[in-house]
Amino acid sequence: MTSPSATRVVVTGMGATTPVGGTVADTWDAILAGRSGARPLEFDWVAQYELPVTFAAQLHTPPDQVLAKVETRRLDPSSQYALIAAREAWADAGSPDIEPERLAVAVGSGIGGVHTLLNQWDTLREKGPRRVYPLAVPMLMPNGPAAAISLELSARAGSHTPVSACASGAEAMGYAIQLIRSGRADVVVAGGTEAAMHPMPIAGFAAMQALSTRNDDPEGASRPYDISRDGFVLGEGAAVIVLESEEHARARGARIYAELAGVGMSADAHHITAPEPNGSGAARAMLEAIATAGASPADIAHINAHATSTPVGDVAEANAIRRAFGDLAGSIPVSTTKSMTGHLLGAAGALEAIFTILALHHRLAPATINLVDLDPEVGLDVVRGAHRTLPAGDLLALDNSFGFGGHNVALAFRTV
Amino acid sequence: MASESEILEGLAEIVNEETGIDTAEVELDKSFTDDLDIDSLSMMTIVVNAEERFGVRIPDDEVKNLKTVRDAVTFIAGAQG
Repeated sequence: MTSPSATRVVVTGMGATTPVGGTVADTWDAILAGRSGARPLEFDWVAQYELPVTFAAQLHTPPDQVLAKVETRRLDPSSQYALIAAREAWADAGSPDIEPERLAVAVGSGIGGVHTLLNQWDTLREKGPRRVYPLAVPMLMPNGPAAAISLELSARAGSHTPVSACASGAEAMGYAIQLIRSGRADVVVAGGTEAAMHPMPIAGFAAMQALSTRNDDPEGASRPYDISRDGFVLGEGAAVIVLESEEHARARGARIYAELAGVGMSADAHHITAPEPNGSGAARAMLEAIATAGASPADIAHINAHATSTPVGDVAEANAIRRAFGDLAGSIPVSTTKSMTGHLLGAAGALEAIFTILALHHRLAPATINLVDLDPEVGLDVVRGAHRTLPAGDLLALDNSFGFGGHNVALAFRTV
Repeated sequence: MASESEILEGLAEIVNEETGIDTAEVELDKSFTDDLDIDSLSMMTIVVNAEERFGVRIPDDEVKNLKTVRDAVTFIAGAQG
């Protein structure tokens, strides 16, 4: 484990476009109101391909209501969402005046520009190579979203795209800490984005039986830790935060939401998709995040769990939390916001980082919805029914993210 | 067959669609690169969309000769015949 670094990294801006809101404020309001973003997919292709799953947590506010027409034309949806979130985060941070060479971007994606890739493949087959859009390649590349933000903000310290499936957004924030602590940047725009609302990825996830098939009850389908959970609900959107060295933030008088105090990463090397059942890899990531924050497990006051609502994954994470926290595990309030947002894949860890930051900022752990019968194998204090007030004083909270491929990322945030 | 003024109008719509440049800015004496700041990738899309709209073929090695909007309008008008 690495020792705590002297450079403190703080959160000064947040932006998001999600299945429950077009901004961070609207999204948080929806979370506190317990609103689900899941609804039927109203596309011809649902019936055309006889998809076994007919609903998803689709973006609340269509990008064409926010972006210029030429932006929606020249950017893949994954980049559109990221740009919307980045603009909100940057404005929220007060549009810091910074030298381009001291500003970096780290924005990950699980799948990248899958809409462009598949639509352009259709174009090639139907109309031939001359009709393939000249921007197809820069639109489909997974680093497209980070590049779009780098161009928008003139970020020249570096533009990076961690890709680790559903841990990508959290890994991007972990990378951002390192960019600041290593001295490469003073400010980093970090987060994740995903736009996979397309029949092919839906069919793929359904083929691996990862998705809930509760087609008659979309809003009740994402039920992390409930005994009757049957898979995740596909979500989409982007979440981006502005991270900054504390020195830089204080010097410009920025509002500080929280400190991103530590990050832990590990790999299971167990199976391409299944998590290590005993949770040892995920537990190591959590403990490393806590250690790099200069804290101990007893300091953790809240966890935003990865908890996607799959039968196997939720229990593996619960095992990991018990492994990391021992006897303390049952007394930490755990929130599972995917019950409302669905699973935003590469954006999930970033969005849940924002929920973790807001939970600390407002000292309020949001209630999980759809949790009727807690799976006895979980054995955690899952917040449900009503939000839980977090205590006064110096608090730390964890945001867990795991991805296919065995990626484990935990972020530790601290109140300021 | 489209007249030169119809071609200009259609071309301006294609340019607007691809780049967001106002249709009124697309004037005959404007240079695609120097005045309208259209890059080569956007130019290729404009060319292919113009081919489809006006039913003509604009060979790749001809595109570099289409420096101004007038060059394009003249070429398309001639190619229609």
